[in-house]
This record gives sequence, structure tokens and C-alpha cells, in this order.
Amino acid sequence: MEKKITLEDIARILDRYDVVELEDVKIKGDVELELSTGVAIPPSVVQALQSMMGVQKEGISVVSEEKGIEELELIPTKFEVAKTEWNGQIEEVTIGATSADGGTREATVTIGGEKALPFYNFDHQTPHPPVISVDCFDMPISLAKAVREHYEDVMEDPGEWAKKNVREFGADMVTIHLISTDPTIKDTPAREAAKTVEEVLQAVKVPIVIGGSGNPDKDPEVLEAAAEVAEGERCLIASANLNMDYERIAKAALEHGHVILSWTQLDINAQKTLNRYLFKLGVPREDIVIDPTTAALGYGLDYAFTNIERMRISALKGDTDLAFPISCGITNAWGAREAWMKDSPIKEDSDWGPSVYRGPLYEIMTGLTLGIAGGDMFMMMHPKAAGAVKRVTQMLFGAKEAEDEGKKVRIEDWVTWK
Amino acid sequence: MKLNSPMEVWKYLPGTNCKECGEKTCLAFASLLMERKKKLEECPPLFEPKYAEKGKKLAELLAPEVREVEIGIGERARKMGGEDVMHRHERTFFNRTVLVYDVWDTMKEEELRERVRKITEWKKFYVGEFLKVDAIAIRSVSGEAKTFAQCVKRVAEETDFPLVLCSFNAKVIEEGLKEVSNRRPLIYAADKENWKEFLGIAKRFKVPVTLFSPDLDMLNSLAVTFSSAGIEDIVLDPGTYPEGGGLEQTFSRFVRIRRAGIADGNKGIAYPLIAVPMTAWMVHGSKAENALAASYWEAIIADLFIIKYADIMILHSIEPHSLIPVRTLVANIYTDPRRPVSVEPGLREIGNPTERSPLFVTTNFALTYYTVESDISSNKIDSYLMVVDSEGIGVESAVAGGQLNAESFKDALESFKVEDKVKHKTMVIPGLAARLSGETEDVTGWTVLVGPRDSGRIPGWMEKNWPPETVS
Ligand code: SF4
Repeated sequence: MEKKITLEDIARILDRYDVVELEDVKIKGDVELELSTGVAIPPSVVQALQSMMGVQKEGISVVSEEKGIEELELIPTKFEVAKTEWNGQIEEVTIGATSADGGTREATVTIGGEKALPFYNFDHQTPHPPVISVDCFDMPISLAKAVREHYEDVMEDPGEWAKKNVREFGADMVTIHLISTDPTIKDTPAREAAKTVEEVLQAVKVPIVIGGSGNPDKDPEVLEAAAEVAEGERCLIASANLNMDYERIAKAALEHGHVILSWTQLDINAQKTLNRYLFKLGVPREDIVIDPTTAALGYGLDYAFTNIERMRISALKGDTDLAFPISCGITNAWGAREAWMKDSPIKEDSDWGPSVYRGPLYEIMTGLTLGIAGGDMFMMMHPKAAGAVKRVTQMLFGAKEAEDEGKKVRIEDWVTWK
Repeated sequence: MKLNSPMEVWKYLPGTNCKECGEKTCLAFASLLMERKKKLEECPPLFEPKYAEKGKKLAELLAPEVREVEIGIGERARKMGGEDVMHRHERTFFNRTVLVYDVWDTMKEEELRERVRKITEWKKFYVGEFLKVDAIAIRSVSGEAKTFAQCVKRVAEETDFPLVLCSFNAKVIEEGLKEVSNRRPLIYAADKENWKEFLGIAKRFKVPVTLFSPDLDMLNSLAVTFSSAGIEDIVLDPGTYPEGGGLEQTFSRFVRIRRAGIADGNKGIAYPLIAVPMTAWMVHGSKAENALAASYWEAIIADLFIIKYADIMILHSIEPHSLIPVRTLVANIYTDPRRPVSVEPGLREIGNPTERSPLFVTTNFALTYYTVESDISSNKIDSYLMVVDSEGIGVESAVAGGQLNAESFKDALESFKVEDKVKHKTMVIPGLAARLSGETEDVTGWTVLVGPRDSGRIPGWMEKNWPPETVS
């Protein structure tokens, strides 16, 4: 007859004889062990059994481990982390003026005022959500297909274009780029460009940004004329740059009550220098916004990101030369070939898929990335991209409307999601 | 890492300059140690009894603030975590976010294999190399251990990528693990209910394990418990809420955990973090008409956490419109910010140019240069490429900022003695520098052709415009 003994039996036997180690023991025949739960076997006995039966170590040692784990308890811990307090604060800047302040805007926009890194609400609540200014131009321009289809009907008319940006795309602000003034494009006279500005100011009631063509010789004259006709509206004049007559632009902004955009190219020291020049000219701190240059995703975004992040951290640490709200020209994202090119020029690449899907995401990701670095204001172009950046930054800011949406999902269920 | 300069590292080395490590001096070795380009083991004397004490101390001091955990094996193995800084400019981020794409165990076999192949084979050229994604997550949708195990087996047959096995059911995970126990997959996830079973599995199979809890006290508690039970290959999931206030809180949790680990030196929570941007699909739904919106939102969440501290993340969309920008952002954020922005100006030869070959012009901004260079060489266009000094700024900005002008072209032509090689005296300038063409002709006396605005279009441009009259 077959005799069955359980591990428990052996343990009991060994225990009874106070045996710790067995020597010269041989067990012949088939040994069957029944492991019943809830029996605690001292490790020494397990070891003894192992050597006694020549059993593969794993089998039994696992059992003993599992037993050990059964007895474990969670070590209670309180998660703690220090708050970061900074000495510096970013200047608060208001763009646009209502009738109360001598302008004709229906609302104004305020940016800046941060005492912590963007959306680090656990250190200090971000005071204002980022703002989106949608671009329009004073002449039809060539645009990527995905963008063009939204503006085809208004390209000839900057006023209508601006209106569309506000009415259909929910822009907080509108930027009018006076690019036709460039001598190598149309050389539109400054006075005529100023009329376009007036048109836009009449078409929309949101604050506006007035941009030149980027031509360093022509811009001072153009922006001066524009500042004059927009007197009292507290526009953002874009922009003053070190390699042009920034003095003339700054003075015009100062005289006619505008905010000035101080633009440098990925260079902290240049930004400090230009800002100091502006201080010297008497530009008040609350009239300055900086543009440290935006580079597209894949085309220098890392430099732009780190440049902005470093500026913001320096400012929070107390460098008052850099403590200004930051504007980012996110439309630059369309310079990335992946945003608009049909197929990859590199033969070995996997398929790029339809360009109309890629483009907006390039703009969104360029915008959001710089928003996390420290951007307060985004000049954008694709309506979907503008909407998405607005939406996500509102959430990160902690806007009330955005509050409850996400609570409906049990997030761990992504594992079984179909 | 607790040491701030090669000198500080050097104090713990033998200081004999014996060269066994392959470096001329201990100091040179010290600076490579700091850059993680060499390992302590490469200095054998350090393990002799008389230096052993110092060696041990050095190993401790050099250890990254956030634990480094590896998944997968061989060439495809990926390191996660191992970070020392909160901001990339403070030094660099070391291990780029591991991008994991999902498959699930209710997929039909052919569909499954096809998706695995797509993920494994995807590639995109970028600054001199092909970008790829990193790993595959297998989700147990069926909840059945056998179905899961079979799926794991098939995936493993199809790819050498590291794997992430996903289920909150320990039995399911265990069956799956049996198929790939030698491939060091990450298992997902232990939570406050199932943690004992997962702890047992992690011990037995010696695999890294994910701990999940949006409650940070609980998450910390799980981490400390696992660590005191001898499990150190841990990845933490504080939960990824895809929308609204939940997203704001998620952002907060990622930042605070990393800050506790790096700035406050709380070792109990200093582990790699996992984000699941894929949760975006749960709010946008799985209907085909919502797929584009869902993939956008997923990419947005990915963007946030690529920057703020996810060391690994799980995504669903393998459409090129999201793969390309997401992978590119990882490349951007995780490149070493100390690498030079510019390349040497000069005249480069691409392929085997002859007297009749075109002369292209570009700036010395590294990104522009590499893009143009690869566009020309991958299309096998024998040519000269004149790299003009624009102070390391890209074409469009350099034209706007004045760093690139007619004079800079003239200087380049002269200092690189271009005329000796390019007899036709014709140059092709970037389309983005078109406004400089007239003045450049005046200043240099060369014929200036305006090339395409993007160098990717050079082949098409060549068909229409090359050779011009000046050359033929
Ligand atoms: S092997 Fe060690 S002791 Fe010898 S030179 Fe290198 S660092 Fe110095």
C-alpha cells in the first residue's frame, strides 16, 4: 500500500525530534508532498527537507518565499515634497485698451505675473492662462494646404480675415503682419500700411498685434506710422530688434501708448542687452513683452525650448532684465517640411501619411512645448492647432470650465480598452 | 550624482595614471565617468583591496539620482530613468523617453503580426540617423491567461523589441511571462490590491515591475515596500488622466515625484515614471470618425510628459502623423544641449562632383546643414555644398537677422577658394534667402540661382533647372 505523508507531517516529525539537519538519510520510492496552505515551515526545516530528498531547490524555496510575501505588509509612507519659492516675478502686461482707458477694444488681455514655472500651480497658481493671437496678413501669401483652406475666402481682405479669426476661430487677439511693406515684396508705403491697421482695428474688438515685414530698414518707418494711427489702443508692436533702428520703434510705441515686443534670436545675452536699451529709452517695464525666437519641432525646437526655459528660470531667480512675458511665433512650425511636404524626400523613410494630418500637430506640439518652457502668448495660424493649444493650456492652468471632464474615466481601464 | 566636477571624481581614483582604462590620465577617465561614457569597472586598480573603500564610495556618489532600470535584452534593450537634473540645460537628460506602442490579445493573428511588424520596422531619418520607436505593450483585453500567453508568444516571434505585459491580474501576467521570461519584459501593474502577487512574480522571474497608484502616499508606500523586499527594478505609474482638472493634477504629480527624487533626494520615490497618453482614446472613443481627434489628444499628452519626466510611455496611434512628431520631440528634448549648434564652415564635396556639378549654398547651423547634406546625398546628387558662416543660425532667421547677407557669400567664396573647383561660377542659394539674390550677384559677380525653399525639393528643382545656360 502506498503511504502518503504530507509536508506538514514531516515538519511535525522533525520538530518533535528537534531535528535541524538530517544526515545520511535516504528516502526511497516516490515521494509525494501535499502542500496545504497556512502551514508555516521554518526555513531550516525546508532546507533539511531539500537536502534530504534532493529536491530541486526552486520548488520549495518559492513556496517559502511566497509564504514570506504573504506575511508582508505595506510600509505606510507619506509622500512629501518641498515647494519651490522664487524671489522673482514676471512682469504683468496688459495689451489692448477699452474706452475707459482711451481705446476702443471691448476687452483687454493680460499676460505674465508668474511667480513659478508654467502650470506649477502647486508652487504658485499661474495667474493668467496663455493667450492665442491668430495671424492675418496684408496680402495673400503662400500657405501650406492645410492652413490655406481655412483662409482662402478672406486672403484679399485683412479686415475680413481678422474678423474670421475672432468669430470662427475664437482668437483672443489678432496679429496683422504688414509683410507687403517689404521693399523686395510690394514695398507698400508706410502710410498705406497704417490704413490696413485702422481697418483691422475697426473689424475686430479684441486687442491686436501689429507686425512689420521683418525688413530691418523699412520696419521702423512702417511701425511708427502704424503706432500713430493706433494711438491709445495699446497694441503690441512687433518688433524691436538689435540690428535695426529699435529706438525709433520704441519711441513710437512710447509716444502712442503701445506695448513693445523685444525680439532676439536664441540668445539670452542679446535679450538682456536689448531690454536694457529699452529701459534706457524710458520704456516702462509693463510695456515690454519678449520674443526669444521660436524654432519648429525638429528644426531647433530644442534650442528654443531651452532658451526660453533658461530665461524664465533666470527671471524667477531674480534677473529683472528677463522678467517679462514671452511671446512665441508658433506659426514658424510650418517651416518644418514634415508639416507640409507630401512625401519624405528620404527614400528609406516609412510612409509619411497625409500631410494635412501632420501639419496641425506640428503647430500644436511646437506651441505646447514652448508653453511648458515659459511662453505666455502664442501667435498661431491653423484654427485646429490654435484651439487645441488653447484647450490644453486652459486645463493645465486649472480653468474652472475644464475641471470635471476627466473624472469620468477609470484610467486603469486603458489596459482592457477596446 | 553627487559629484560636480571631474576633479571631485578624481579624488576617489587611484591617481596612478596607469592607463589600464585606456585613458592617458585618471583625470581624463574621471571626466568620462561623469559623462557616463566609461564605467567604474574599466579601472581595474580601483577594485584592489587598497582602493576598494574609495571605489565603493565613488560608485555611490556617481549613481544617478533617479534609478536606472533596463527593459529588454541585447541591442534593443532600453534604459529608463537614470536622470540627474530637473532641466536639460543643467547638464543633459540621459535616457530618452521609451516609446511603447500597444497591441492586444483579442486581435486576430494576422492583424496582430502586421501591427507588430509595422511598429518594429517604422523609421524616420533625422539629423544623420534613423529614428525608431522602442517597445511593444501587450494588453490583456480578454482577461484570459491562455489567450494572453498565446498573444505574447506571437508578438515575441515577430519582434526583438522589449515588451511590456499589461494586466492587473497576476495569473494572466504569469502565464504571459512564461513565454518571454528570458527577454526581461516590464510587467504592468501592481496596485494596492494585487501587489503581493506581483511582488512574488517580480522576484521569481527577475523582471522589472510597474507600481500603479494616483494616490502618491500609496505609490510611495508600494515603492518602499517593494524596495525593502529586495525589488529595485521599479517603474512608477501615478496615473495619466487625459482631460480637465485630472490632467492638471497628473502634470503636478509627475513634476512633484521627480522633484522629490532629484531635488529632495527622496530615494524611496526616485524611480522611472511611466505615462499612458493612450488614455486619451478612452475619452475620445474608439469610433473611426473620432480617431484623428483621439490621436491628436494622445500626442498632446505625450508632448507634456516627454518634457515633464515620463521615462517611458504607452501610446496607441501608429499613424505617421502622430509617430513622426512624437518621436521627433523625444529626439529634441533628449539630445545633449551642450552639443555644438554649428558646424565648421567650408566647401564640402558630396559624391563625386565634377566641373559641371552644381554648387549649393547653406548655413553652418548644424540642423540645416545635416538636413541639406542628407537630402542631397540620399538622392545621389554629385555636387559641392558651400557652408557659409551664419553664426550658427538657420537660413530664414539669419537672413532676417542679417547674419547671412551678400557679403557672407562673398567671404565664403574667397576664403574657401571655391573658384578653383567650380569653374561655372554659378551658385544655388536657398529659396529662403531669395531676397539676397540680386545683391549677391552684384557683390560676387557670380550667377545666382534661387533653389527651392526646402532642400527636400532639390531633386525636383534639378530636373527643371539644371544645367542652366551658364553651365552647358
Ligand atoms: S585605470 Fe584607473 S588608475 Fe589607471 S589611469 Fe585609469 S583611472 Fe587611473
